[in-house]
Amino acid sequence: MSPTITTSSEANGNVSAATARAAASAAASAEAAGPQPVTMAKALNTALADAMSADSSVLVFGEDVGMLGGVFRITDGLTATFGEQRCFDTPLAESGIVGMAVGMAINGMRPVIEMQFDAFAYPAFEQIVSHVAKMHNRTRGMVKLPMVIRIPYGGGIGGVEHHCDSSESYYAHTAGLKVYTPATVADGYRMLREAIDSDDPVVFMEPKKMYWTKDSVDLGELRRLHEEGTTAGRTSEGRAAVARPGTDATLIAYGPSVPTALAAAEAAALEGRSLEVIDVRTIVPFDDETVCESVRKTGRAVVIAEAHGFASVSSEIVARVQERCFHYLAAPIRRVTGFDVPYPAPKLEKYYLPGVDRILDAVDDLQWEN
Amino acid sequence: MTISADHTAPDTTSTAAPDNALTEAVKKFGITVEDYMLPARHQIQMVDPDGRLKAGSEQGTQPGHEYPVPGDKELLAAYEQLVVGRRVNDQNSALVRQGRMAVYPSSHGQEACQVAAALCLSDGDWMFPTYRDAVAVMTRGVDPVQVMTIFRGDWHGGYDPLKYKVGIQCTPLTTQLLHAVGVAHAAKLRGEDTVVLAMCGDGATSEGDFHEALNFAAVFHLPVIFFVQNNKYAISVPLAHQSVAPSLAHKAVGYGMAGERVDGNDVVALLAVLDRAVKLAREGSGPLLVEANTYRMQAHTNADDDTRYRESAEVAEWRAKDPVNRMRTYLADRGLLDDDGEARIAAHAEAVATQLREGLGEDVPVDPQELFRHVFAVQTPQLKEQSAMLADELARDAAATDSKEAGK
Repeated sequence: MSPTITTSSEANGNVSAATARAAASAAASAEAAGPQPVTMAKALNTALADAMSADSSVLVFGEDVGMLGGVFRITDGLTATFGEQRCFDTPLAESGIVGMAVGMAINGMRPVIEMQFDAFAYPAFEQIVSHVAKMHNRTRGMVKLPMVIRIPYGGGIGGVEHHCDSSESYYAHTAGLKVYTPATVADGYRMLREAIDSDDPVVFMEPKKMYWTKDSVDLGELRRLHEEGTTAGRTSEGRAAVARPGTDATLIAYGPSVPTALAAAEAAALEGRSLEVIDVRTIVPFDDETVCESVRKTGRAVVIAEAHGFASVSSEIVARVQERCFHYLAAPIRRVTGFDVPYPAPKLEKYYLPGVDRILDAVDDLQWEN
Repeated sequence: MTISADHTAPDTTSTAAPDNALTEAVKKFGITVEDYMLPARHQIQMVDPDGRLKAGSEQGTQPGHEYPVPGDKELLAAYEQLVVGRRVNDQNSALVRQGRMAVYPSSHGQEACQVAAALCLSDGDWMFPTYRDAVAVMTRGVDPVQVMTIFRGDWHGGYDPLKYKVGIQCTPLTTQLLHAVGVAHAAKLRGEDTVVLAMCGDGATSEGDFHEALNFAAVFHLPVIFFVQNNKYAISVPLAHQSVAPSLAHKAVGYGMAGERVDGNDVVALLAVLDRAVKLAREGSGPLLVEANTYRMQAHTNADDDTRYRESAEVAEWRAKDPVNRMRTYLADRGLLDDDGEARIAAHAEAVATQLREGLGEDVPVDPQELFRHVFAVQTPQLKEQSAMLADELARDAAATDSKEAGK
């Protein structure tokens, strides 16, 4: 039994065991100072390690997350650093993983669990919808479930069936869940730390095609800023980012669609059109303010998402913007989304996924001649 | 038999069972691992339906499956709770008929299981009940009116699960068993000696989470007692449509845990078996499965008509095995219960019934704004907006009512 594992409430602000501290400083000292090329995978991995160092009630478990370090290596080294009690493999049973995490959160832990792939999370759907989302409400806030469900999602990797779903709409539709999805390496770190610190359950959707995307990032600085933010009670939850400023139209995207939107804006700029790109960041809570401010400024908008368009997060965004910005709009809001078909086989996915050309076609359609 | 050699590959995962944990637990009984895990050949019954203590040789026990009769004090406490539980069940059914409760899934006939499930636990232990386990939750010490809030219709639950260490009564079948596993796992990681009792019914054993919970508890070697009340029906569907296993307790062996079946209308046997299970789990035996053979005497709820799927003769047969009468006869014959004792216990039961009538008869005011208050620990701007919208709607309604009144 590890005497160093304490309850979340005791552990909050009570930075950890000596071993964890040593591990953190080892990780920190191994990092080069200043901005370095860092992958999204490394940023997420560092966020997990830092959260585990900061709070001994943070536990990581799932399928293949231990010795292997996860099929995407996001949990690489955590078992070696923090021991098998704090990062461990479970039997292959997603409902079991989520249900056990609920019990652990009830009893003072902060579990961060991994669903191996988007479509493999479905066996856990009942636990997520009926318990994770509802426990706080059901108990009038007496029971909090500070847990994070990490889900690699989306396509673009040539994956076979059941490995490329965009399942965010199921979770976003469920009252009681917060849904985060980072689109930059720095947000990978920042948002995962905030998700783990949150007293609400967070479904953390990781765009799997971006795991190996590199940005120049200073992890030490991000760590310092997170600690500062925590002390000051600051969070970036519910705040969208202007990923690229522009004046003529707004592209609203999240997760894996953000780089596609940025590429479209780049291409449009060559044609003399200035597109603003909004990175939604947290689908729940949604930042109406930033999104609407942009659309009121540009008067035109296209919403981009990999998920099927019908009854989806993208339809919700269109509805919200239309309700709030109708009189500012020069044209109906367009959507570029996946078709309403099951995610296609690898050789067909390029026809399915929103791409630069389809986005630019939609932008062209925004009634410029009037 | 020894545990298969296939399992002896060195397992460095310290959260899982040490290889020999089960073998160590079994050593206490001097029997094979297989004989330890398989339930005794017959269900454990100590007091027969006529209230007579059976001879030790006829209690269904066998080597390694022997159970001492619990102490007189525990038995008297159990009887008192049986009487209270029966009174509560019948009071609540009456309140439903009067329209003062939305619904009540009664455990009438299953009170011995309810009482034993609560009494076998210590203060630091946890219980995870289902919607039919209100009497168990009360017996655990939760205020009766708070317990029944779930059925009163003003909120989904009324008591603080963390204060009483009782999970909220769970409606989706067996999902709570995994929460029990998680609570036990967290406690184990912190080095606490908490035991968790996880409750479900016979129909629920068909659910996937039943399997996942038992397997997780076994693999992580957690102190969880899975307590299955086999009351023979899942609403209308009889046990034969759920499982053709020799017994539900036999399912334990498939997970590498010990199973036992017990007469679920014999509170003496239930306490004996559950007390031992809790003790073993606390000492590190890993999880155990206890099946209680009982009967749901009434329909699933007031919305159900049980004459459509079972014969009244079958119900009558079980009425003769009633857990309350049996215990009364047994205690009276042993001289542990006299008329004064009976009167005191009856008065206690009546006081609880009065408390329920008064508590549930009250018209509890609801606050529409509470709809938004507990969805998240940190509320979203969207909910703030919707909350303001409802407030405005209600204010306009109130103003309209006021002006109508003024115009009269």
